Amino acid sequence: MSKNNQGAKKILSFPQMGNYYIPVKYLFKHIFSCEIMSPPNITTKTIELGSKYSPEFVCTPFKYTLGTFIESLDRGANILVQAGGGCRYGYYSELQEQILKDLGYEFTFVNFVTAGNRNIKNILKEIRKFEPKFKKIRALYYLFITSKMIKYMDNIDHYIRENIGFEVEKDSFIKLNNRMLKDFSKVKSYYQLRKLYKSYFMKFRELKINKPENCLKVGIIGELYTVMEPFANYYLERELASYNIEIKRYTNAHYLVFEKAREVKKYLKYASEYIKYRMGADAHDNIGRTKYLCTHGFDGIIHIKSSFCTPEIGAMPIINKICKQYNVPVIYFSFDANTSEVGIKTRIEAFYDMIEMRREK
Amino acid sequence: MDKIKIGIPRALHYYYLGNLWKNYFENINCEVIVSPPTNRDIINNGIKYANDEMCLALKIYLGHVAYLKDKCDYILVPRIDQYDVNNQTCTNFLAIYDIVKNLFDCKILNYNIDVKNKENDFVGLVEIGQVFGLSTSQAIRAYNKALDTANKIKNKDIIINTKKLETHNLKVLLVSHPYVIYDQYFGIPIIKMLKKFNVDIIYSDKFDDKRTNLLSTKISNTLYWKFSRDELGSIELVKNLIDGVIFISSFPCGPDSLANELAMRRIDLPYLNIIIDDIDALTGIETRIESFIDILDVKKQSRR
Repeated sequence: MSKNNQGAKKILSFPQMGNYYIPVKYLFKHIFSCEIMSPPNITTKTIELGSKYSPEFVCTPFKYTLGTFIESLDRGANILVQAGGGCRYGYYSELQEQILKDLGYEFTFVNFVTAGNRNIKNILKEIRKFEPKFKKIRALYYLFITSKMIKYMDNIDHYIRENIGFEVEKDSFIKLNNRMLKDFSKVKSYYQLRKLYKSYFMKFRELKINKPENCLKVGIIGELYTVMEPFANYYLERELASYNIEIKRYTNAHYLVFEKAREVKKYLKYASEYIKYRMGADAHDNIGRTKYLCTHGFDGIIHIKSSFCTPEIGAMPIINKICKQYNVPVIYFSFDANTSEVGIKTRIEAFYDMIEMRREK
Repeated sequence: MDKIKIGIPRALHYYYLGNLWKNYFENINCEVIVSPPTNRDIINNGIKYANDEMCLALKIYLGHVAYLKDKCDYILVPRIDQYDVNNQTCTNFLAIYDIVKNLFDCKILNYNIDVKNKENDFVGLVEIGQVFGLSTSQAIRAYNKALDTANKIKNKDIIINTKKLETHNLKVLLVSHPYVIYDQYFGIPIIKMLKKFNVDIIYSDKFDDKRTNLLSTKISNTLYWKFSRDELGSIELVKNLIDGVIFISSFPCGPDSLANELAMRRIDLPYLNIIIDDIDALTGIETRIESFIDILDVKKQSRR
C-alpha cells in the first residue's frame, strides 16, 4: 500500500453516488488539467473500511464516502474533493480529512461547501490550491453542459423508473441506459448533448413494455444519499421492479442543486396543516411528498434512510400520522453498514403482498 | 380571573433559556409550571411517544411534554433555527415544534429564533406578550427585566466556574450539552460520581459564550453548530489550566458524533468519552471514570 502519493502526478478523485460520477468526471476532466480518476465502485469492502475508521454513531453516508476515499487513495489519487451541506453533510470534510491524515495518507483535500452554504469566493480559493491556472469562463461553459447532462439523466431515470418493472426483454432498459451514459461522457458541445438526449429518449420510448393500466404504484422518499446510491439501499429499486411496480422517486441531483431552494416553500405551504417550519435536510420535503403520494392514488410509501439520520428521524412520526390519516401503508427502512440483504428482501416481499391484497379488496 | 398557566418542559432549550422564560412569564403575570426533574416515569412516557431511533435528549423532552400536557393551558415549545450562518443548531431543535404539534393534542406557545431573518428571543417573546393582551411597551419592559435577571444568574455561574480554575486540585473539564449533563437521570449521577473522587469539575457551558464561540475555530474552522462551538471553545480557553477532559454525549447525538471526534483527535490533553444510552447501568461508567481519574492523578504527581 503506497501511502505517499505527493509529488507525483496530480490525480483527483471524488466520492461515489449513483451514476453521477459520469457528469462530475466530465466536468472535472474539462476544467482541470490534472488527471481525473473515477471513484471505485462501492462494494462491501468499501463500507467495511469506512466503518472501521468512522466515529461510532455517525450516519452511514460518512462511512461510504470515507471508504471510497481510502480506496481511491490506495489506487493513487492525491487530490480529494468533498462537497455537502444541509445537516451533518457540511461537516463531513474536516473530520474525514483529519481521519485520513491520521491514517498516514498525504493528499490535498478540497472542500467545496463550508458551513452549509455555497460561496463562490471560497470555491475559487479552494480550486486555486491545486489548479493555479483555473479558467473561469471555460468552467462556466462546462458547468452549464454538466447541469444539463444531470437534468437529462434525471429525466431519463424518471422514465426508466416508471417503466422498468414492465419491460418485455430483460435488462433492455439498463443496457440502453449504460450505452447512453457512455455516449454522454464523450459529448463536445451542448448542441450535441441535446441531440443525443432526444434520440435516446425516442429509443427508450420504443422499448417494448407490457404495462397494465392500473399497475401498483409506490413512492420512495427518504434521506438523499441512501435514496440515490443504489448500493446504499441494497438495490431497492431493482428489487421493487422485479415485482412489476411503478416507482416514483423525487430526490435526484438536479432537484437538490437547482430546484430545492424554490420547492421548499411550496412543500411547506402544501403540507401546512402538519408542518410550519423547515426541519433540516429533506425532512420537510418528504412530509410534503407524503401528503402528495397519499392523495394521488399511490398504493404504498417506502421511506428509506441511513441509520442515525437525525432530520428523517424527526420527520418519521409526522409521516406516520399522515399515512394513518389517509390510510396508506408505509414501510421504513433504516440502512446501516451491516444490514442483512435477505431481511430487506423479505420485508419488501411482505410489503408487496400486503399492497396487492389491499388492491384486490 | 385565573392566571394563565404556562408549561415549560425541563429539557433541551430549558437549560439555555429557562431562566429568561421563567422570569418573563412571571413578569407578565402568568403562572409558570416547570416539569419536575427527569424521573423514570417521564422517560418511559417519552419512549412511548418517541420514535426508537430518536436522540435520548429528545425522548426525554417528549416525556416532559407528556407530563405537562394536561396540567397547563399552554406549553412553550420554541424553535431554534440559527444564530447566524456559522451558528446553526442540531436538526432536532429545528424540528421540535412540528414533532410536538403532531404528536400531542395541546395548545402550544411557539416562537422562532432565526437571527438571520431578524427573529430572536426578544421579538418572539414580545409577540407572545401581545397575544396575552399586553401593550408593546409593557412586554418590552418585562422582557428587559427578565433578561437582566437571567444574565445575573449566568454571570454568577461564570464567576463560580472560573474561580474553580485557580485551585490546586485535580481539575476536569466536562464537555457536554447542558441538557445532558444537568439532567437528573443521566448527567447528575455522573457528576456525583466525579465529586466522590475529589476533583474540581469545570463545566464547558458556564463560560462567556461569545469568547468560547470564537475560540472554537482554533480546534475546528468549519464547525457550524452553535452549541458544539461554545463547548469546544471552552477547551481552548482553559486548556493550560486543566488536567483532563471528559466528553459526555447522549446516544446518538448528531453534532457530537462528528465534532467531539474531531476535538479528540486534535487536543493533546487526556480525555474520556462517555456515551449515555438508555440504560440504567452506571457501574461501567463509574469504573471508567475511576481509572481515568487515577491516570490524571499519576500524571499530575509525576509533574511535581
